Amino acid sequence: MSMRVLVGVKRVIDYAVKVRVKPDKMGVVTDGVKHSMNPFDEIAVEEAIRLKEKKIVKEVVAVSCGPTQSQETIRTALAMGCDRGIHVEITGKEYENLQPFHVSKILAKIAKEEDVDMVILGKQAIDGDNNQTGQMTAAVLDWPQATFASEVKKNNGDLTVTREVDGGLETINVKLPAVITTDLRLNEPRYATLPNIMKAKKKPIAKKTVADYDVDISPRQEVLSVEDPPVREAGSKIIGNTV
Amino acid sequence: MNTLIKRSLVRFTSKSHIFTNQCRSRATKASLLSNQLVDELSGVLGDENVSKAEVIREQHGKDESYHSGQPADVVVFPTSTEDVSLVAQFCNRNNLPIIPFGTGTGLEAGVSAIHGGVCVDLSKMCEIEVNVEDFDCTVQPGVTRIALNTFLRDTGLWFPVDPGADASLCGMCATSASGTNAVRYGTMRENTLNLKVVLADGRIIETAGKGTRTKKSSAGYNLTNLFVGSEGTLGLITKATLKLYGIPEAMVSAVCHFPSVQSAVDTTVQVLQCNIPVARIEFLDDVMMDAVNRYSSMDYPVAPSLFLEFHGSESHVQDQAKAVGELCEANGGSSFQWAKDADERNRLWKARHNAFYASLALRPGCKGFATDCCIAITQLTEHVIAMKQDISKSNLLGPIVGHVGDGNFHSLLLVDPSSESELQEAKHLADRMARRAIAAGGTCTGEHGIGKGKRHLLKEQFGDVTMDVMGQIKQSLDPKNLMNPGKVL
Repeated sequence: MSMRVLVGVKRVIDYAVKVRVKPDKMGVVTDGVKHSMNPFDEIAVEEAIRLKEKKIVKEVVAVSCGPTQSQETIRTALAMGCDRGIHVEITGKEYENLQPFHVSKILAKIAKEEDVDMVILGKQAIDGDNNQTGQMTAAVLDWPQATFASEVKKNNGDLTVTREVDGGLETINVKLPAVITTDLRLNEPRYATLPNIMKAKKKPIAKKTVADYDVDISPRQEVLSVEDPPVREAGSKIIGNTV
Repeated sequence: MNTLIKRSLVRFTSKSHIFTNQCRSRATKASLLSNQLVDELSGVLGDENVSKAEVIREQHGKDESYHSGQPADVVVFPTSTEDVSLVAQFCNRNNLPIIPFGTGTGLEAGVSAIHGGVCVDLSKMCEIEVNVEDFDCTVQPGVTRIALNTFLRDTGLWFPVDPGADASLCGMCATSASGTNAVRYGTMRENTLNLKVVLADGRIIETAGKGTRTKKSSAGYNLTNLFVGSEGTLGLITKATLKLYGIPEAMVSAVCHFPSVQSAVDTTVQVLQCNIPVARIEFLDDVMMDAVNRYSSMDYPVAPSLFLEFHGSESHVQDQAKAVGELCEANGGSSFQWAKDADERNRLWKARHNAFYASLALRPGCKGFATDCCIAITQLTEHVIAMKQDISKSNLLGPIVGHVGDGNFHSLLLVDPSSESELQEAKHLADRMARRAIAAGGTCTGEHGIGKGKRHLLKEQFGDVTMDVMGQIKQSLDPKNLMNPGKVL
């Protein structure tokens, strides 16, 4: 079995940070705010590494689309055990306007170029909450998709994936190559240890641009405004039996 | 979550006098703060950071101990050290007790406002600064243990002191907390490098020096360790500089069961003598194992058991596990299991993790009266057996769990909260346990602190002369006795 897996990792504002809206109401404050790997992507990386440890997969490639700092996120993925990284540099306004529609096309091109057998992505990023990239990537590649995975098992040419759905759990078989998106209960990601962080510094990260993949990332949406949710009002006590 | 639900159920159905009477009397007593004084506080901190609501005050007067809570007269939520200093000055001017509140996860009623006053909830102060390559970090009181480790997760570092609860790190400094990892990584005492403290008169000090974050220093009096363990009676901690460690490359967990308490303790002593750097070594008695089996649907042998964890490189942890396995066997231990895989490790250790709730589940509706004492390791067997004998003569259940590597053990006495006699019996058992420890050169509290309920034991452990010295320090730093009065001394 010499499968290759592509894992998408996105740099987002850390989930523990209290997000604040910018004064111009056109976005959220990102300067000086702690960023880290999207939690669902951590789960995706962990799943890929576990497959590698089980010798089902031979190589795990981590990819991130974003500014220079996205490389830190790729390094974390490498420290968790990925073999090499690809950084598609997208900055400034282009990055602000980047949508799953664009990212899925880039990922599809990379998947083909790197000849991967599986693409594992987080089900959604905690900033956009779009839950579209995995599905769109599968559509562009014309590959089967298994989303919201809470368990992934390999048998011969295909995968048996248990999905978390509204009614409970659904188990499906998907033929490889396929796209999987990870849900919360799939696994508990490992923490990167110092020796692995040091080793990760030596692993290669290929620097790419959007032009290398010939994908059009012109914006298809325009942000009109970003606002805080309404402030919670105090409740009131109802006394007596007139309810 | 479970504890909160259980507690509210108990209150609803309880006919207890011990718990509700005291609260009722405080609620009907006139507040120590006039509206004018409360307005003054609001003026300084902002309306949204001051609360007189009964529910908020009650919540802030309680922790995880068996003691009934005593609400303060007002709860404030400062957002900076300067704010805390202003509150301290305010309390000093108006002769009001001042009680710090971190997460309310203490076990000795440290947050109970026995004499009313101002409760200072520090949870809004949540800044963290990390110096990755120097292995140190600085945290404000709103930062909890798990929050810090989550923040650190991509740096390869962690803060290992683990008392079980997700406690405020500064609160852990205040109680000199410890936990299952102490045998390898030490307690808060060894890992606190510097503290920023607000004193009774509002002065702000940094105990190891301005911005100092070195691992060692010979400069001046060791003020850092004066405040560690002072439980809010000498000052309010508003920032702590802590030592960090590298996340272990590999972890292995193991479990083994023994024919007797003695053989489990002997094994522990031998493990330490062999210099095996065990990270956690926990003792659970047969009553606890039974509780865990029932609660977590496991089928461990109902016998004194050791739960161990090893940290290190891949090869190192396997060697450690093997060596300990041999020692266990040599002492009559059986069914030695070990696991490296994260899920497997969690399954093995589930018993130890759930010990508290498993114990409570042995007697639904009960409250857990936590006891704590620490003696030399070689005396553990004698003291555990003596405690078990005392428990068997009483009509209470008291499963035992111990951090054997440190000679520290706890018996969780299960008490019917509506029974005054059972509470007294538990207190009696706890006192006997502590007094046995003191008589053997041990301490009446290994990690929970003195709080409200162990002040008499403190006097017995230290004697008049040393108590006088403690009194002198208290007098010089807090002459009006406003800092968490009624605790420790």
